[in-house]
Amino acid sequence: MSILVYSNAVNNKIHKSAHEAVSYAAQLAEKTSDSVTAIVVGEVSDADSLGKFGANKVLHSKNEKLNDFQPSLIAQLIQAAAEAEGAKTIVFIHDLVGKSIAPVLSARMGAGLVSGAVDLPKIDGDGSIKKAVFSGKAYAHVKVNTAAKVISVMPNSLEKKEFNVDATIESFDADLGDAKISVKEQKMESTDLPLTEAEKVVSAGRGLKGPENWGMIEELAKELGAATACSRPVSDMDWRPHHEHVGQTGVAIRPNLYIAVGISGAIQHLAGVNQSKVIVVINTDPEAPFFKSADYGIVGDAFEVVPKLVEAAKSMNLSDN
Amino acid sequence: MKILVCISKVPDTTAKIAFTDNNTAFDTNGVSFIINPYDEWYALVRGLEIKEAQGGSVTVLNVGEADNDPTIRKALAIGADDAVRININPKDAQQAAKQIAHYASENGFDMVLCGKETIDYNGSQVAGMVAAFLDQPFISNAIKLDMDGNTAKIERDIQGGKEVLEVNTPFVLSAAKGMAEARIPNMRGIMAARTKPLNVVEPTAFDDTTEVLSYELPPAKGDCKMVSADNPAELLELLRNEAKII
Repeated sequence: MSILVYSNAVNNKIHKSAHEAVSYAAQLAEKTSDSVTAIVVGEVSDADSLGKFGANKVLHSKNEKLNDFQPSLIAQLIQAAAEAEGAKTIVFIHDLVGKSIAPVLSARMGAGLVSGAVDLPKIDGDGSIKKAVFSGKAYAHVKVNTAAKVISVMPNSLEKKEFNVDATIESFDADLGDAKISVKEQKMESTDLPLTEAEKVVSAGRGLKGPENWGMIEELAKELGAATACSRPVSDMDWRPHHEHVGQTGVAIRPNLYIAVGISGAIQHLAGVNQSKVIVVINTDPEAPFFKSADYGIVGDAFEVVPKLVEAAKSMNLSDN
Repeated sequence: MKILVCISKVPDTTAKIAFTDNNTAFDTNGVSFIINPYDEWYALVRGLEIKEAQGGSVTVLNVGEADNDPTIRKALAIGADDAVRININPKDAQQAAKQIAHYASENGFDMVLCGKETIDYNGSQVAGMVAAFLDQPFISNAIKLDMDGNTAKIERDIQGGKEVLEVNTPFVLSAAKGMAEARIPNMRGIMAARTKPLNVVEPTAFDDTTEVLSYELPPAKGDCKMVSADNPAELLELLRNEAKII
């Protein structure tokens, strides 16, 4: 049997989230003695890169009905691929793409869906899958009661192991229904590093006093190779764009490094960032609650500390990492 | 427009998260419950704005037991015309979605609006499943919704940007920040909510597809290591040599 992985492509290139999803499936396949089949849609120039992360086979569909993003039709295509491959487990990444398709597919197949998985199923135990709940404040161990399973994996939760398999690439298609969504326009942010994909994030809050003071935050982010983010009040006051708002009602992120400058650490903010691997807090108030959730802290004025950090980062040449 | 808004009851955002019964159940002791913020602030309020502009009705639907009624009344106070509660405590998202889809298909709505996720299970599952069961298009993480006749003009978040799209009714949408501004119910709304219809519908028998075996809390963070503000460079040294992440 095979484990099927939906592999997203952006600008004709396999997205790094797809490598993560395939590697997850390959690590699971090692335990269950299954093979890994990836499915990609549209023009893709590097489908063979999926072999590096463990795909034995890549099904490539160029169905024109999928030129605009149609979650329902992609779910139909994946369902047909699962039947053709005899796949009982289908893997997504729990990002904006996976969140659109996985629930549609799972309902179509009558398969249980575990979304936001942070680990492999416990194959040697009860088969349950660990997932984040309560906005990262807890985990649940979820058992799927149906023969077919859909798993959407939280980004950056498992090591991206390499397997270096030679993947065979086959074209694949299925009879799809009508395309009902018509995309008129895509407006891409100018940033090269979307927040949800960044391994390092520098974030700032009201402590910065005004939007004109973000220069040093951007500079520090640049030196560290990090994305920038902000707290909710900052986004509400339009000091920074909405898409930078991290927290309970904004974006939830789990980077390797989260540096919070002038953010006190309200529980709603923590909910969006508390799964970061290392948290650094810089705040003038030694009683700021954020220090309780931090790994490293500096009590000090951001306007003095951040420029010094930028200087130090420059002399260490960190942006190459 | 005949609009159905699905609302879920969740613990307040500041609630202490703890578990009971050998870590198999959420500890509701001392916890106050609210309407899931994405359902309330974005899906419900935008639904009301569309109704106010174009006429029609907004029905709120909750899948749950009688202790959810005060939460449902709040949605009526904010302005929904009527409410439906499907009388079952759902075991998982798919079971809830089947109940919703069953009700929606029997009663016919132009659109079904949900929040993009609940803040308790963070599944982002129900809306997409309802769309699949109804065989209607699904638009996730929408941040703008405008109607032009039967055509919806929608803006949604995509990776690294936004997408503008059009779709005809009927459709199912999940709403994210940006769709609307939260409304606080006024006294007139609260009084009116007492007499608005809250219909209790018995569930249809559907199996659950997943179950939670147990919960756990993340390990407590160790002490925060403090670095002097006079020498921030030391922080970068620690991040490089101790945490090994830069």
